[in-house]
Amino acid sequence: MKHQMRMWVLFVVALGAVAFLAACGGHRKLPAPPPPAPPEAQLPTASLAANPNTINAGESTTLTWQTTNATDVSIDGIGPVDPSGSRQVTPATSTTYHLIAKGAGGTQDATARVTVSAAPAAGQPPAENLTEQELFAKNVRDIYFDYDKADIRASEQPSVQGDAQFLQQHSSIHITVEGYCDERGSTEYNLALGTNRADAVKNALVQAGVAGDRIKTFSYGKEKPFCTQSTEACWQENRRGHLVYEK
Amino acid sequence: MSNSTRSSRYFIFAVALILVLATAGSAQDWIRTGTGLGMEKVRIAAADFKPSTQDPKNADLLKTFNDTLSNDLDNAGIFDLVSKSFHPLQTPGQPSEVNFSAWSSPPPNAAMLAFGNLGVTADKVSVQGWLYDLKNQASPQVLAKQYSDSATADAVRTIAHKFADEIIFRLGGGVAGIAETKIYFVSDRSGHKEIWMMDYDGENQTQLTHLGSISLSPRISPDSSRVAFSSATKSGWEIMMYSFDLNRMVSFPRFGGMNLSPSWSPDGKIAFSSSRNGYPNIYVMEGSGGNARRLTNDQGPDVSPTWNRKTGAQIAFVSGRTGLPQIYTMDADGTNLQRVTEQGYAVSPNWSPNGQFLTFSWMRKYGPGDPGGNDLYLMDIASKQWVQLTHDAGRNDFPCWSPDGRHIVFQSHRTGSDQIFSMLADGTHVKQLTSKGGNTQPNWSWK
Repeated sequence: MKHQMRMWVLFVVALGAVAFLAACGGHRKLPAPPPPAPPEAQLPTASLAANPNTINAGESTTLTWQTTNATDVSIDGIGPVDPSGSRQVTPATSTTYHLIAKGAGGTQDATARVTVSAAPAAGQPPAENLTEQELFAKNVRDIYFDYDKADIRASEQPSVQGDAQFLQQHSSIHITVEGYCDERGSTEYNLALGTNRADAVKNALVQAGVAGDRIKTFSYGKEKPFCTQSTEACWQENRRGHLVYEK
Repeated sequence: MSNSTRSSRYFIFAVALILVLATAGSAQDWIRTGTGLGMEKVRIAAADFKPSTQDPKNADLLKTFNDTLSNDLDNAGIFDLVSKSFHPLQTPGQPSEVNFSAWSSPPPNAAMLAFGNLGVTADKVSVQGWLYDLKNQASPQVLAKQYSDSATADAVRTIAHKFADEIIFRLGGGVAGIAETKIYFVSDRSGHKEIWMMDYDGENQTQLTHLGSISLSPRISPDSSRVAFSSATKSGWEIMMYSFDLNRMVSFPRFGGMNLSPSWSPDGKIAFSSSRNGYPNIYVMEGSGGNARRLTNDQGPDVSPTWNRKTGAQIAFVSGRTGLPQIYTMDADGTNLQRVTEQGYAVSPNWSPNGQFLTFSWMRKYGPGDPGGNDLYLMDIASKQWVQLTHDAGRNDFPCWSPDGRHIVFQSHRTGSDQIFSMLADGTHVKQLTSKGGNTQPNWSWK
């Protein structure tokens, strides 16, 4: 497999060298025409979903994913996986699963968040006795964004709907949506992009039936990051609309 | 020879061939720009000034003065400063002591000579300085200046800056020197991001605001009377003002929403980004904060406006309307929108004092998941020809022109933390100005 791979790379490299020399106007005899080149590389697509996306501790959920145009697909915390498939996972705590699909045309990623609620143990107060703020912390999820984007991606719609539902069930709660960006790029542009992200979340909640005057927006850009590593996983952690409980 | 060894050798040869051909093909893009740099540089010698009195304070003040004067002339970008190791042993403190041939012959080979004396008497310092044209022995005096102030290091530094600026103005084609200019910037060394200022050479770093919030994007007014900036409040980011007339914050209208990146026009108007009516768009208001009007109307986000400070008739800004941020220009009434960059990730434009160039931060080739390097570029607006100023030295951002059009101050992460650097507008003579804490978003005074 390694030899085959190397021969293929060697072939492409040699092809490149020949093409470059030909372009330089040298009079060289071209070798016999190569077999048809592979079709122009397309950007991979990727989607990842967890069903159900809220579980109690100890329960399982099934991750299902699909990719196209990808040769190398992996999920953080699981490792390399088939281009499409499903797997049962049992996370101990709330986890954002992150899938990266690499192909000749580039890289695409997708995430799915699984929220794990602690099962009420003996001695813990039943759910009804939690304060509104504690219920908020348990049930309301932040909304995550793609790089340089401020539109709500399909995989985040379940979170938006869940948040809207919670806010409609607890109709006296007011919130602020804070927009955040990852560390790359400029201070000023990220403050503006964070503004668009916070507004996108607000608009989505309003569309889902929450009164607009209950929702304020704010942008922190890249000024107050949730994590500081220069990794894809941390960058995704920071690209979010963060919902904050206000009195 | 086994099959696999032979194919390994071919493999390595082919890769090497590709690399050689690739580097031979890439063009060098370090070119001279129309900034007046690269012209014939005047060879000037700055002799150490001599003590004119016996006061014990003289030694330290003389060192400060001599170092500052040499630095200012060396930084100016128009001189070939004679190295001190080439100076003749005997230095003049008075016109009568000048030995023309000692200074104009090799090794100093100077065309111009700055010299003089400094002395403290009863807590006051007096400085006499001359600039001599060594080729004109009959009547060599170009400048003769006298200064007097309190005998402190700060006062002596200011005198050296003033004298250097006189020399630069006389010998630099009538363009004022920058030795007395200031740079305003953001520093987090107090525990919060606040607005600070310093001399153009990094001395006298002083904290201006004490708001305990996050304060960003300082921009000094053309007359140096107020610095505008954006600060986070409970309800949003607001444009705020610090007054140098009163040495404190002064009130400024609040609008709600995110109000960011203020920028002054030459006649004292302020362009800024605001989300008060929805998406972040570019607005213009009077310097008093009144009469705000909207110039762009789209999803943007639009941010980081900069005025053409020669004409006051155009604004360049950053917009994400097509995806990654790109730079655009428009007339000051919002019409005649033109796109300036076509690719990559371009931010932080700043217009040159002569109206001809934009400098900005650009990740020219952008790839998914690639942290990349943001480098500083200089672009001639009329022809869209660009020159790359920094190369492979980490994240560089927020370039800002000096008023003499010969220098650019910027922030860079090249040392591992965000610090402020200055350089000549051709990318050479890079000097680090800050080192404590994280320092960003420098803005150069207009005079």
